[in-house]
Amino acid sequence: MMAPSSENKEHFVLEREYFQKLLDTLIQRGYRVVGPTVGEGAIVYTKLNSVADLPIGWTDEQDGGAYRLKKRDDQSLFGYVVGPQSWKKFLLPSALRLWQAKRVGKSFQIIPEDEKSQKFAFVGVRSCDMHAIAIQDKIFMNGQYGDSHYKSRRADAFILAVNCGKAGGTCFCVSMNTGPKTTFGFDLAMTEVLEGNRHYFVAETGTELGAEILHTTPHKKANKEEIFYADDVIKKTAGQMGRSMDTTDIKNLLYKNYEHPRWDNVAERCLACANCTLVCPTCFCTTVEDVTDLTGEHAERWRKLDSCFTMDFSYIHGGSVRSSTKARYRQWMTHKIATWIDQFGTSGCVGCGRCITWCPVAIDITEEARAIRESEPNLKRETAEGAEKTTHNHKEGI
Amino acid sequence: MAVKKKPKLAVWKFASCDGCQLSLLDCEDELLAVADKVAIAYFLEASRAVEKGPYDISLVEGSITTQHDAERIQKIRKISKVLITIGACATAGGIQSLRNFKDIKEFVSIVYASPEYIETLAKSTSIASHVPVDFELQGCPINKRQLLEVLSAFLYGRKPNTPAYSVCIECKRRGTVCVMVAQGIPCLGPVTHAGCNAICPAYNRGCYSCYGPMETPNTASLSSWFGRLGVKEENLVRSFRSFYGSAEPFRKESETHE
Ligand code: SF4
Ligand code: SF4
Ligand code: SF4
Ligand code: SF4
Repeated sequence: MMAPSSENKEHFVLEREYFQKLLDTLIQRGYRVVGPTVGEGAIVYTKLNSVADLPIGWTDEQDGGAYRLKKRDDQSLFGYVVGPQSWKKFLLPSALRLWQAKRVGKSFQIIPEDEKSQKFAFVGVRSCDMHAIAIQDKIFMNGQYGDSHYKSRRADAFILAVNCGKAGGTCFCVSMNTGPKTTFGFDLAMTEVLEGNRHYFVAETGTELGAEILHTTPHKKANKEEIFYADDVIKKTAGQMGRSMDTTDIKNLLYKNYEHPRWDNVAERCLACANCTLVCPTCFCTTVEDVTDLTGEHAERWRKLDSCFTMDFSYIHGGSVRSSTKARYRQWMTHKIATWIDQFGTSGCVGCGRCITWCPVAIDITEEARAIRESEPNLKRETAEGAEKTTHNHKEGI
Repeated sequence: MAVKKKPKLAVWKFASCDGCQLSLLDCEDELLAVADKVAIAYFLEASRAVEKGPYDISLVEGSITTQHDAERIQKIRKISKVLITIGACATAGGIQSLRNFKDIKEFVSIVYASPEYIETLAKSTSIASHVPVDFELQGCPINKRQLLEVLSAFLYGRKPNTPAYSVCIECKRRGTVCVMVAQGIPCLGPVTHAGCNAICPAYNRGCYSCYGPMETPNTASLSSWFGRLGVKEENLVRSFRSFYGSAEPFRKESETHE
């Protein structure tokens, strides 16, 4: 699934009219095809049956604490960026029953949940989100925190990536080195091109499966001009980033500023509402809730998305370790862009901008990082030589 | 774990609309299970048959608004092993605590034909401001699923799952698109105690805070954001002064905008 794509430089062209065929193939092969659609005033992810379910001709305007759908003056299928939901919705669902138990005499019997492969096909995965999936894969696919529920959802997932044709008002993948072009992890990746009267996709295959699926659909080899147009789309997007973050030696910047007046400042604004963590495509914290019914004959264990912004999150005997909002915001931001690097080898932030847009009071991680950096005028000079430029690149195969 | 003798349950009413007691009656499917596990010893809303105390669990609805009730709650506390308050009135004074911001005598003289017959306290107060309370279940009205959860938890000796974090967490978990961010509708969800499963945002409205303040409510920050969304000062007062107007964080916030 995560085979290298870089050597495979072959490009194909798929005309817009054949996009439905591609979806049909996936559906026929038993995939649960999910992707973007317009719902409740935003672009959300849902089951797709046809191209008509996609947000055709829609775009989004995003800024801190603000999101608005707008009509485009064209009929593009992917002319928007990421919305409030991420692929986490399917891979790490917000509430999942882990098992049930029933009383049998003096003992009890566990009834496990079915962990059959879900066989998802994700349509329209953006580069930032591909990086986010890779981050969660690293945690949940193997090793100490390997998670069978995640694996059963992820292992057979087909990924149809889309290179962004525009950047959002809160996007900063260029700073985080995570986009806007997808470079790994996909089965198929496409760039949507609207040029004159033509509407087509320039596609790259990432896996044999991706190639196989493409071959079920009418397509041809891309010519130089088509490739040029596609590259140009991505280049323009890269030049449109709504936000930016200087990641130079960012780990040490935050480690050095564990005490900083900016944390008090942000705590005055922060509602500790947890929206940022719930929309973040890399945040993975969950809690378990055990429930019994009144009869005492039946019990269930549920796993739910949790957040480091709640008091219970850091509750240990006697009280919460991070009782102030200041401590909680600092924990979140420091984890995202600093301690994550020590913990997992990459940044925990992929620059998708969701936490900025969906924070009800527009708290902006790039602004907070900037404020701390700017209070240290010497930092840049001190560390410019051989500074540790954080690597956010997920190389193939992780 | 095994419950030998059925614990005795009593349900008490103070100044309230009965909506929370109705939540218990509303547990049609579950009421049999409730009756199977507890002896409903005192519940006038449901039955006139009354068993004498002491009671293992007392559910208390309503706030204290008269001297008579202030004395009655003391007696109830004495005959109750566990006392659980249910709803906004019992936990924070309820909507009738709007009187706390004004002169009660004036209200009485306007509302009643013969004000001299009315004996009432100047303020509507929570049960916990009169007697020690073992557990407070929030909501106006309470949610029946949560009520059953609290009863089960007390019966089986575990902690109830009634988290005090924001409504936003329930809102996001159910996949609702934020109405404040996507439509600019003022929403009290970020400062409100979870429990309703974010029902209003799911129906395209802002949260009105029927469940009162969450664990760490930053009302000042939300107020200033409401201001940016075009909410006027007088409406800020109203936003915070409704079901939970007398809960400390909301009372303070509404007063700063007066
Ligand atoms: S940063 Fe924003 S979204 Fe996150 S907890 Fe604070 S107020 Fe809520
Ligand atoms: S921290 Fe914010 S910008 Fe970074 S990945 Fe999470 S939601 Fe996206
Ligand atoms: S952050 Fe980059 S990859 Fe992600 S949606 Fe924005 S432009 Fe696309
Ligand atoms: S709609 Fe209200 S409750 Fe839901 S996330 Fe937005 S602010 Fe929170």
